[in-house]
Amino acid sequence: MDILLQEVGYSYAKDTPFEKRALTDVSLHIPSGSYTAIIGHTGSGKSTVLQHLNALLKPTEGSVMIGERKIKAGVKAKNLRDVRRQVGIVFQFPEQQLFDETVLKDIMFGPLNYGVSEEEASRRAHELVDQLGLPPEVLTKSPFDLSGGQMRRVAIAGVLAMEPDVLVLDEPTAGLDPRGRREIMDLFHRLHIEKGLTTVLVTHSMEDAARYADNVAIMHNGRCVVTGEPVEIFSNEEQLRDYRLEPPRSIRLQQKFEEKLGIKLDSISLTEEALAKNIALALSEGRDSE
Amino acid sequence: MMEKMIFGRFIPGDSLIHRMDPRAKISFVFVFIAIVFIANSAETYGILLGFTLLVVFLSKIRLYFLINGLKPVFILLIFTFLLHIFFTREGELLVDIGFIKIYEEGLRQGIFISIRFLVLVFVTSILTLTTSPISITDGIEVLLGPFKRVKLPVHELALMMSISLRFIPTLMDETGKILKAQMARGSDIGSGPVKERIKAVVPLLIPLFVSAFKRAEDLATAMEVRGYRGGEGRTRYRQLNWRLIDSLSLVVLAGLAGILVYFRL
Repeated sequence: MDILLQEVGYSYAKDTPFEKRALTDVSLHIPSGSYTAIIGHTGSGKSTVLQHLNALLKPTEGSVMIGERKIKAGVKAKNLRDVRRQVGIVFQFPEQQLFDETVLKDIMFGPLNYGVSEEEASRRAHELVDQLGLPPEVLTKSPFDLSGGQMRRVAIAGVLAMEPDVLVLDEPTAGLDPRGRREIMDLFHRLHIEKGLTTVLVTHSMEDAARYADNVAIMHNGRCVVTGEPVEIFSNEEQLRDYRLEPPRSIRLQQKFEEKLGIKLDSISLTEEALAKNIALALSEGRDSE
Repeated sequence: MMEKMIFGRFIPGDSLIHRMDPRAKISFVFVFIAIVFIANSAETYGILLGFTLLVVFLSKIRLYFLINGLKPVFILLIFTFLLHIFFTREGELLVDIGFIKIYEEGLRQGIFISIRFLVLVFVTSILTLTTSPISITDGIEVLLGPFKRVKLPVHELALMMSISLRFIPTLMDETGKILKAQMARGSDIGSGPVKERIKAVVPLLIPLFVSAFKRAEDLATAMEVRGYRGGEGRTRYRQLNWRLIDSLSLVVLAGLAGILVYFRL
């Protein structure tokens, strides 16, 4: 499902003394089936853009196309449930939304709201708990008895259980340990491939953006300033620094490596694995030429 | 929706009212509340309303914003107005359509009570809008000082109050956040039959309570860690400072009371 933002502007608390402009003239195309990363410095408007993707916020200027549905500034939009079912959002610290008596019921909350049958919802919950690497006995526990990391997984399962076409992730791994981060990010990537989801990742982590995304947008001061492929975006260090970002670790290491040894690697290394491969390749070539 | 609410919010500013001493403002509001009950006629209520609008004007807070932010209060206001209109059976009969009978006295009372209500809400809102929660607490603590003699835990009361005031906007923001998260999961408080809406409150309230308790616990720990142990011997960083304008405001208030009493006699 395509999502298209056209000249979107948004002000919080419009017409009050607290009015705060968050977005100015944002145009962004999220193609169906893409994995789009939205990166930017704190306060750049990333999270505000994200809430436009399923009409939780309606633009105060411009329009948002979500699939076939057009949401235009100043026009009252009714019946947004369908849009919200198709676009699932995992908010920052999603464990704050847990409320039900048991984990099972909490995961089933979303699907049941959208008219999925009881058996189907329960089947999805069982499957997701397994996929997210939680032991099956958590299903009967209260979500408040779980550890922070487990709560996070349960909350994510609650969104995935709605089986959205578009999955929007707002810093889904903030506050998790490195291993948990990696596991969850890999899971999202697997789902993206297996189910053909359109994924939007809002993140501070250049490493995650470089590793998973095939389309990157940079937000700066409420504007969407650059979009492009990760290789272009992350190899342009000067531009990144202009927007108070820096290249992912693997690229920084690659630069140092190239500087020290005075050689040029074949390609930009978006991940540590790619860097290792590139270095190995360079070293073996070097040995051959000797 | 939530961001428009103004209960307990403070708008920093530099108006005459902003610069007044919190003790003066608090005393002013309490005396004003008492004075409001002197009014009993069209003239006196008119004076009260005019005076209130003058205060709003001096605070440099836009009237439109104030009215917009107090929308929930207006629902209550209309309700009381209607109650008075329909249930007062005195004076001349003005309207008589079947079971609806509106009497002159009912209309009068309805309007008066509404003005009284409005004036009270406006003036108290102006207090919280122009005074930071911390100044309000300081003011109250000093004003209640004499009651320490009778073992009233003045400092603790003031602290409790400031904490509640401080957390109103935080909880509001949090409500908005959780509301959005649950809306994304298909629960909708804003529409549907009443029964469904009431059901939709549970997924909102439970996370809110959970986080409020967590916050309280964190706050208690943070205070403990920084060596807080009550008001005994605590010195003040912020000094209150009573100026001519503060005395003047109370004189003006006394003048207002005088005028109202004069009209009443």
